[in-house]
Order: sequence, then C-alpha cells, then structure tokens
Amino acid sequence: MSMVEDAQVLPVTPKAQQRGPRPASRLRLIFAKLARTPRFWVGTLTLLVIVLWALFGLAFYNFNAVSQDVMSMNTGPTGKHWFGTDEIGGDIYAQTVVGLRKSLLIGFVVGPVSALLAGFIGALAGYLGGVWDRVIVWFIDLLLVLPALYILIMLYPLIKGGSWVIVMVYLAIFSWMILARVIRAQTSSLRDRDFVKAARFMGVKTSTIIRRHIIPNVSSLLIIDATLGVGAAILTETTLSYFGFGVQPPDVSLGTLLSSGTGAATTRPWLFVFPAAILVITVLATSLAGDALRDAVDPTSGANRD
Amino acid sequence: MIGFVVKRFVNYFILTAIATLLAYVLASLSLNPAQRYLGRNPQPSPEVITSILDGLGVNPNVPVLERLWTWLSNLVTHGSLGITVDNQQVTDVIFARAGVSLRLLIIGSVIGAVLGVVFGVWGAVKQYRISDQLVSYASFTVGATPTFVIGVVLMILATSLNGLTGHQLINFSGEYTAGLQGNFLVMFGDRLNHLILPTITLSLTAAAGYSRYQRSAMLDVLSADYIRTARSKGMSRNRALVKHGVRIALIPMSTYFAYSFALLLTGATVVELVFSWHGMGEYLVRSVQQNDINGVAGSVMFASILVLIAGTLSEIVYAALDPRVRV
Repeated sequence: MSMVEDAQVLPVTPKAQQRGPRPASRLRLIFAKLARTPRFWVGTLTLLVIVLWALFGLAFYNFNAVSQDVMSMNTGPTGKHWFGTDEIGGDIYAQTVVGLRKSLLIGFVVGPVSALLAGFIGALAGYLGGVWDRVIVWFIDLLLVLPALYILIMLYPLIKGGSWVIVMVYLAIFSWMILARVIRAQTSSLRDRDFVKAARFMGVKTSTIIRRHIIPNVSSLLIIDATLGVGAAILTETTLSYFGFGVQPPDVSLGTLLSSGTGAATTRPWLFVFPAAILVITVLATSLAGDALRDAVDPTSGANRD
Repeated sequence: MIGFVVKRFVNYFILTAIATLLAYVLASLSLNPAQRYLGRNPQPSPEVITSILDGLGVNPNVPVLERLWTWLSNLVTHGSLGITVDNQQVTDVIFARAGVSLRLLIIGSVIGAVLGVVFGVWGAVKQYRISDQLVSYASFTVGATPTFVIGVVLMILATSLNGLTGHQLINFSGEYTAGLQGNFLVMFGDRLNHLILPTITLSLTAAAGYSRYQRSAMLDVLSADYIRTARSKGMSRNRALVKHGVRIALIPMSTYFAYSFALLLTGATVVELVFSWHGMGEYLVRSVQQNDINGVAGSVMFASILVLIAGTLSEIVYAALDPRVRV
C-alpha cells in the first residue's frame, strides 16, 4: 500500500523543483529558529530523558517504592541503593522515580488544561466585548486578588482523604487567570479583522468562530504557556504537597517525598538533595523549552529584538 | 494624577473587599469547626458543641449568609473579627503576628526588587555577553526551584558553615532565640541574625522573576529611537541609559509588581512555614488545620489589605513615572 503511494508521489517532484524553492511557511520558520536555539534542545532533550527515566527507571532496579531493606537502613548512596535509604530501609531512588511519575503526570495534565481554559475564557471575553468582557475581566481580577496557594490551602478539607486527581483538578481551576488576560487582549485586536468579520456576517455561530478562527490565531501563546504551565503546576503541586495540603498518602509525589526527607536534611542530605535536584531539573527543562518557544514564536520577544 | 490613583484605589478596594467576603464563605463551606470537639474524650454533648459553635458564630446550621452578615456587622460596629478557637480576639492575634510578616515582606520585596531591577538592566545592556547568560540561567534556575527547597538548602549550607567555623554564626530556626537575655542591641542583633536566611530566600525568588521581566522591558526601551536621539544630542551613554532607559523600563515593572504581589505573599508564607516564623501566612495555615473559620477569614483579610496597599502603591509609582496618566 505504501509502495503504491510512494510511486504516485514521485512524478510530482520535478514540477516542484521547477517552481523554485517553496516560500518559507511560518511553521517552517519557527522550527528553523527553534533548531538554532540551544536552549530549546537542552530543555526538550532533558525533559525527554526525564520522562523516559520516570517510565523505565525502575525496570532494571532491584527495589520498588515500598520495599524495605532491613540490611541497610539510613545508608547514603551505594551501588545497591543509588540514592541511599531512609530510616526504615526504604529505597530513595525508587521512591523518587514513583514520586516523579505523579508530579510529571499532574504537570503534563494541568499545564495544557489550564492553557485551554485560559484560551476559551480569554477568547470569549475578547471576542464578545462590551458588558461580557468587563464582567469576565472583573471576575478574573477577583480571582487574582488572593494567591492561588491560599485558596488551595482553604480547600484542603475537600482534598483530605481524596485522591491526587482532586489536587490536579483544583490546580487546573486556579492557574489559568493571568494567561486568560493576555489571550483576551490578543483577541480583542483580532475581532475586527476581516476574516473574523466575514465569518460573523455569514452567520457563523460564536462558538464556532472562537474555535475555528480565534483559538488558532492565539495558539502560539497557548502552546508556550502550556509548556511553561507544566513547570508551574509541578512547582505548586510540590509546594502544596510539601506542607501536607496536596497529594495525600499513600500517594507519593516529589512534594510528599521532600516533605518526609526534610527533617533529616541537614544530617542525611541524600533524603532531600536527590529528589530536590530532580524536581529542579524537571521544572528548569520545561521553562527553558517554553522560553525558547516564546523566542521562536513571538517576533517582539527576547532574541528577535536587535 | 490624584483622580487617577483614587479611581484605581476604589476599584482595588471593591475587589479586595469582595474577595475577602468570598473567602469567608469558602472557608465556612469547606471547614468543619465541629470536628475539633468530636475527637475529644469524653465527647462533649451536641448541646455543648452547638453552644460553642454559636459563641464563635460558626454554627453550620445557621445559613452562611447570615453568619457572614453577623461577622461583617461585628467588624463594622465593634472592629472585631470574631474570636479564635483558643478564645482570643482574631484582631489581637493579627496585631501580634503582623509585624513578623511585614518585616519579612517589606525587607524581602525591597531587596528583591532592587536586585531584580539591577540584574535585569545589566542583563539587557550586556545582552548575549557571558554576564547576561549567567544572570539568565541563574534566574531560570531560581525560578525553577520551589521556595521551600531554597530555604532548606540554605539551612543545610548554614549548618555546615556553623559546623566548619565551630560557632553558631547563623541562626535560622524561629524568629528569635527563645530565652535570650541581654540589652536592646543583643536582642536586635539576634533578630537580625534570624532574618538572614528567610530574607535571602524570599529576595532570591522575588529577584528571579523581576530580573527576567526587567530585562525584557529594558530591551524594548534600548531599541527605541529616543535613546538614539538622546545619545546624538551628546548625552553620555550611561546618562541616557539611566534617564531615558531605566526610567521608562520601570513603568511596566510597576504593573508587574502589583500582579506578582500574590507570588510574594505565597513566598512569604512558605518562608514562614519553613523557618517556623509565627507570621500571618503561618496563621492562615494553622487556622485551616484547626478548622478555625474566624482565623482564616482574619488572615485572608490581612492579605487582602496588603494586596490593596501594594496595588495602590504600584498605581502611584505608575502615575509618577508615566506623565501620560497625569494629564
């Protein structure tokens, strides 16, 4: 089947050559720019390694997150226990991998979901304009008055005893506001453009216009913030979990792991330092990748302003 | 200018007031004040629990809007925010703790803002040089590190420093050394010593965000025509950068300050918890853990007032820097 398709495609090639080089599309320009940014490669490759490590890090390892090695308790890093053990012989390496899985999962869901929420709410406000715009913006400002962490801490009784999925949902609900304001500003300049007007006068439904015309035009912003949002969500989740307001035992995240390691951090640093380093590297990778994306997509940002 | 600032103040005032009231409702719905007494042995009778909850004004059987109204009218008529589960006036607790938080917030934000602006401007002026890259990567790394990790790592470093020198050079647990005797200078020095690590933690996190933002605002300004005009009039490079560059680049920073104030509050709360300071952020957390609705509402109101002040301050700075709003 694929052979046949290849054969059909082949004769077209000379024609394309006659037309000379194809004009560079926006997407190709962005990719070309990204490929030349070291930050992008450092960020994405590190992130890739971390994801693969979270998935397969325990495949060839002798201990799991709940195993207790009575022969070696409270030991530093050894060939047997790569990150050392805690006071009941639990293996820190295995616990780190399992905690990393949960934190990554939460980050990779919350980042994109909150970017989408921001996209729809921001686009709705910007596109509708008038009273609706003012109401939505006022509501966003209201949500921005108090730190999201305060609201999440106040919601703690509803999280207590629940699964980590609830934490994920709350994180997504309270992290879209600032991006929504940015999207709104972009959208209000889009709504008077001809292609949007044409669609409106043809009687296309508002929801369809937003989906087909507005969202694709602000998608670069959304992609950037979905990437940056991954790191931000991991930061908030670990902070909440560290103080006991996020992921609850028996679930393990990097935050709960750091929380249990912190008491002995000065005397047995391996309980704290290794998970903390993994956490920092993960978030750093997402912010480097996101920043490189911003430079590549946004002509007014960073590297493009010489 | 005054009209502009007053208008923004009223807007902020309404927002923060409504946010506080909503927070009261949210706390009333999510916290369970009776739980504190149900675990007692012997268990108090339901009548006792009901009368305690009525006394606190947090009985869940009274409609939440009615409780809110009582709370609000007590605040307006008596200046009281209700009593805590430990039978203290919430206002007394706030007055006792506010200084701790304010000390941290003011010193931390001032040092953070100054460092952020300096490093941001420096990075923009030296764009792509090694120093710019260093500042950039450092701010990325600090931004990727949760505040509590910075705090704990600093504690580890301070402990090993104390161990190396054999003296208790840096104290970091609590806000002052309990039971320390001495004159004013000794006490003041002790508090200053306890301030070191928390302040470093908070200013580092704040500076990381500010410097990224200041750098990009400064880059915008540097490519503007009026800098070239100023230079071609014969103004020296440094003078042009400061008079026409930094001043203009600070305008978007004043807006960013208002937005990032919530981050600063979050950071201060984390710092208080990590270094076991008894400030207002720690009070919010403790109140939630104790199911103390009045305590939660009081600490949220304190935070809202700070947000109101920070927002108004940033508008004043904005108006002072940008002549357009004064016309």
